[in-house]
Amino acid sequence: MVKRKTPWKYCLEVRDLSAGYGERAAIEGIRFAIQPGHMIGVIGPNGAGKSTLFKAILGLIPRQHGEILLHEAPVLSQRALMGYLPQLEDINRDFPVLVKDVVMMGRYPRVGWFRRPGPGDKQAVHQALERVDLLPQTGAQIGQLSGGQLQRVLLARVLAQDPHLLLLDEPVSGVDAASQHAIFALLEELRENGKTVVVATHDLNCVVERFDQVLCLNRRMIAYGPPGEVFRQDILDRTYGHHLMIVQVGERRVVVADEHGR
Amino acid sequence: MIDFLIAPFEFGFMQRALIGSVLAGAVCALVGTYVVLRGLAFIGDALAHAAFPGVVIAYLLKANIYLGATIFAVITAVGIGLVSRRGRVSYDTAIGILFAGAFALGVLLMSKIPGYTVDLFSFLFGNVLGISTRDLLLVGALGAIVALTIILFYKELLLLSFDPTTAEAMGYPVRGLNYLLLGLIALTIVISIQAVGIILVVALLVTPSATAYLLTVHFFRMMMLGILFAALAAVIGLYLSYYLNVASGAAIVLVSTCLFFLVLAARRLWRVRTPQA
Repeated sequence: MVKRKTPWKYCLEVRDLSAGYGERAAIEGIRFAIQPGHMIGVIGPNGAGKSTLFKAILGLIPRQHGEILLHEAPVLSQRALMGYLPQLEDINRDFPVLVKDVVMMGRYPRVGWFRRPGPGDKQAVHQALERVDLLPQTGAQIGQLSGGQLQRVLLARVLAQDPHLLLLDEPVSGVDAASQHAIFALLEELRENGKTVVVATHDLNCVVERFDQVLCLNRRMIAYGPPGEVFRQDILDRTYGHHLMIVQVGERRVVVADEHGR
Repeated sequence: MIDFLIAPFEFGFMQRALIGSVLAGAVCALVGTYVVLRGLAFIGDALAHAAFPGVVIAYLLKANIYLGATIFAVITAVGIGLVSRRGRVSYDTAIGILFAGAFALGVLLMSKIPGYTVDLFSFLFGNVLGISTRDLLLVGALGAIVALTIILFYKELLLLSFDPTTAEAMGYPVRGLNYLLLGLIALTIVISIQAVGIILVVALLVTPSATAYLLTVHFFRMMMLGILFAALAAVIGLYLSYYLNVASGAAIVLVSTCLFFLVLAARRLWRVRTPQA
């Protein structure tokens, strides 16, 4: 595996991040750094804050504390370098756009204001659709696609954007096994081309096999490290053992302490 | 038959009315595409009502009513943008409070004018037969501004409407683009006041675009079809108004509504005859 050399030690650095709306942080105490060309898995139960973490990195959710650096500079000034795959349910499938229109949206930041996409952009769209194996569906309206196909369209949009860092929120949820395999093969190809890929997932089996580092999240960061070190019974218990870390009972906030009975 | 079609437009006021209402309908369909796809009909209605005190104040001051309407609609558009960002009252509640209050202010001011009912009626329900050449030029200029803005920001507005989260993630100034869209809706309303009036603007804003939405899965075609349906409604509505001597704005809107249900029914029938696998 040949990795392209980059001048930066870390692609993404998250320092003591707390983020969320309102007074209470949805996620807190997040600190990790990702080397360029690594593939990272973010795992945790539903409501653990995986999407929140992604949205905080992208500047979609207010940051309450901490710093996020992309290539050693504040992330918000270089958002076009990040490609984001939203969850499928965020997409309005009745919207009158064709597959190729959606993929072309990935080119918009490169095309720039007041300009029309050119032949180079159209070629990039074609190539991206080829890589996700959706060329026959180029002219289809997105409502005609299966969940797995739409997921691949959104992935093609990220590919067309050609970002340095890819943030993929549940790219294989609700997707058939064949598409899952194809998507992960593509992500590994991206990694080999020097892209940094962060994937939120709850499929633990694929995490073990494929990722360089794993981040265990349950509102707080439970662990961050290579899969071999992170996949310990106690860490998984702390990540998945209790869905709710805080239970609100009337005026009282009952903190479900994982240490109890341990 | 040809006489029947041509006769009304031998009059200058009918020619101006035709140009004015087709123009207003076309601009409404352009902007209405975004309104329909983003579910902004209520905001459109609110902006129209909020423009009313502007119209009345301009009328009282003998100033241009388009100017008064523009100022009030744009101020309200910004106000709606601000309210949606902060405050504990929900979005649609805040809009309800704002537009009802503004509209009441307009009615209050209007009621101080002796013999106000005729003009009030034309502001509320439109009077395209009374549009002057000067007004027409103004409406044309405003329409050109709206169309040009949509051409310039076509891809950004498309991305914003389809997937605002990704637009923001890519670094687009989503808040600014939202204000731009609200501003376009505000201008469109101003353009349409003379044609269909404040109360009925929302119909022209959503109905032709919604009709087009029934027929196409392509964004640009939806815009173009919307313009076609709006223009058709304007022309047929004017004939009805001329020959049946009924209110022009209401006729245009009703034709538009009929077109929607016709297309809806045709689509149902088509579906029944060609069952999908």
